[in-house]
Amino acid sequence: MSQILAVLFDGFAYGMLLFLLSVGLSVTLGLMNFINLAHGAFAMIGGYVTFALVSLAGWPFLATLPFAFLITAIIAAGFEVLLFRRIYQSGELNQVLFTIGFVFSMSAVAAYLFGTVNQSVKMPEFLTGFIELAGVKLPSYRIFLAAIALVVTIIVVAGLEYTRFGAMVRASVDNQKVARGLGLNVSKIFALTFAIGSGLAGLGGALSIEILSLDPSFGFHILVLVLIVVAVGGLGSVWGSFVAAACLGIFDVMGKYLFPELGSFLIYLFMVVLLFYKPLGLFGKR
Amino acid sequence: MQPIDPQKWLRNKARISPYEIAFWIAALIIPYAFFPNYLALASQIAATAIFCIALDLIIGYAGIISLGHAAFFGLGAYAAGILSQKGWGEPISGALFGAIFAGFCGWIVSFMIVRVQHLALLMITLGLGFLLVELANTLDWLTGGSDGLLGIDTWNLFGVFKFTFWGYTAYGYTLGAAFLVFLLCRRLVNSPFGLALETIRENPQRTTALGVPNRARLQKVFTISAAIAGLAGAILAQTTETVSLDSLGFQRSADIAVMLILGGTGRLYGAILGSIIFLVARDQLSGMNPQYWYFWIGLLLMIVVLFMPRGILGGLEKIKSKLSTKPNQKVDGA
Repeated sequence: MSQILAVLFDGFAYGMLLFLLSVGLSVTLGLMNFINLAHGAFAMIGGYVTFALVSLAGWPFLATLPFAFLITAIIAAGFEVLLFRRIYQSGELNQVLFTIGFVFSMSAVAAYLFGTVNQSVKMPEFLTGFIELAGVKLPSYRIFLAAIALVVTIIVVAGLEYTRFGAMVRASVDNQKVARGLGLNVSKIFALTFAIGSGLAGLGGALSIEILSLDPSFGFHILVLVLIVVAVGGLGSVWGSFVAAACLGIFDVMGKYLFPELGSFLIYLFMVVLLFYKPLGLFGKR
Repeated sequence: MQPIDPQKWLRNKARISPYEIAFWIAALIIPYAFFPNYLALASQIAATAIFCIALDLIIGYAGIISLGHAAFFGLGAYAAGILSQKGWGEPISGALFGAIFAGFCGWIVSFMIVRVQHLALLMITLGLGFLLVELANTLDWLTGGSDGLLGIDTWNLFGVFKFTFWGYTAYGYTLGAAFLVFLLCRRLVNSPFGLALETIRENPQRTTALGVPNRARLQKVFTISAAIAGLAGAILAQTTETVSLDSLGFQRSADIAVMLILGGTGRLYGAILGSIIFLVARDQLSGMNPQYWYFWIGLLLMIVVLFMPRGILGGLEKIKSKLSTKPNQKVDGA
C-alpha cells in the first residue's frame, strides 16, 4: 500500500514538474494563440542559467531560481521584440516551423557554450534526502516541487484573474482592435506576457535539472510533454493545465510501473483519443 | 470580358513548360554523367522528393497540417521491408505493397484528421507519429525494435538490373518512381479535384455552400498522400536494404516539413527543390558537428519564414512578377 502511495506521489510530483514547464506555454499558446514550440528552448535557457550560476559561479541552488526566471524572461522579451511578434499573424505551419527553427538554433548555441554532455547541479542538503509522512517515505525534492507548483499556480491564476495587468492581457487577447482603441499598448502587453510565460519555462527548466537531465536537446525532449499538457488541459486554462499535468505525471509513472513494456504508448493513445472527442481539451473554452 | 471556359483554363494551367522537360532530363543525366560517386545520395534525394510531394499535397494544396507524416513513410518502409525479409523481394510489387498498406492506414486515420483543426490537429498527427514509434519499438519480434529491420534482400529490377552498392539501379528505379508520382500529382492538382482542395483550404464555409463535400475530398487526398509517402518509404527501404525506427519518427517529419517550406508549398517543384537543397547541403556539411548543422538549418528556417513565406520558388516567382509588371504599372501611372 505504502509503495503504491509512494509511486502515486512520485507521479504527482513529476506531473507538477511538467506543469511548471508548461504553465508558461498555456499562457503564450493558450491566450495569445501563438503556436510556440520555442517554449522548450526557453526552458533549456533557464536550466543553463541555473547550471552556470551553481557550477561555474558557485551560487547556492535556491538563490539561482529567481534568476533563472528573470534572465530567461529578459532574453525572451528581446527575442519577442526582434522576431516572434512578426509571426503572430502568420499561419500555423509558419509559426510551427519558425519556432522549431528557433529551438534548433538555440540547442546548437547551448552545445557550443556548454558542450553536449548531461549537466547536473549540486543540491542543498535538505532537498536530497527523504521525508517520512504517515509511514510513506517521500523524496524531499519532489515535495519541494509540488509546493512550488502550487504557489506558481495560485500566483498565475490570481495574476490573470484579479490584477489590472491580467485584465489588460485578457482584453488584448479577446479583441485586439478594441483593446487598442481603448488605449492599451497591445504589443507591449504581448511582449510582457510572452516574457513572463517564457520566464516560467525558465524556472521549470531550472527545477527539472535534478529529475530530467539537462543537455542541449532538452528543448525537444520536453516539447511533446508540455504540448500534451496544454492541449489536453485546454487552451487558456491554467487549472486545466494543472489537472492535465497531474494526470499525465501519475499516468506516466504508474504506466511505466505497471506495464513497463508499453512505455509511453498509453499516454499518446490517451491524448489522441481525448483530443479527437474533445478537440478543445478538458477545460478549453475557445 | 470573355467568359472563361473552365476546362480550357485548367488545361492551360496544366500545360507542360520547356523548363520542366529540361529539369527531368537533367535529373536523369547529371547524376549518372557527372556524379557517379553520389548516386546513393541522388536516389535518397529522389525518394525524399517523393515523400515531400506527398506532404505538399496535404499541406500545400489541401491545407491539412501534419506533424507526423513520417508515420506513413515508415509504415510503407516497414511493410516493404518485412515483405522482403519474409521472402518476396521483387521491388515493384514490394513498393506497391508498401504504398497500399500505408494508404490503407492513412484512410483509417483520415476519418480522424478531417474532424479536427488547429492545435488538436497538430497534436493528433504528432501523437499518432509518437504512438507508432512506441508500437514499432515494442513489437521488436516483427520490426527488430531499436536495432532496425535487417535481412532485407531486394531482387533484381525487372529480373535484370541488380541493386549494387554504387546505386546505378537504385537511382534509375527511384527517379522513375519519382517521375511517375510527379506526373500523377501534377494531373491531380490540375484537375477539378485539385481545384476543390485549394478552395477548401482557402474558404471551407464557401465550399460547403457550393455543395463540395469537404470531408470526403480531404479524406481522399489524405489517403493518396499517405500512400505516396508509403511508396517513398518502401523505395528507400528497398534501395538501402534497411529500416530503422527513425524512419517513423518526429525528426523525419520535421525535416520533411523543413524541406517543403524551404522549397515552397503548393507548387510540387518546391517539394523537389527543397529536398535537393536540404540533402545536398547536409551531405556537404556532414563533416560539421551535427549540432552546428542544426544551427544553420534553424537560422535558415527562420529567415525563410520571415522573408520568403512562400519558399524559395515563391520568392523567385515574386521577383519575376515584380520585374515583369513594373513597366505596366508605369503605363498605368502615366
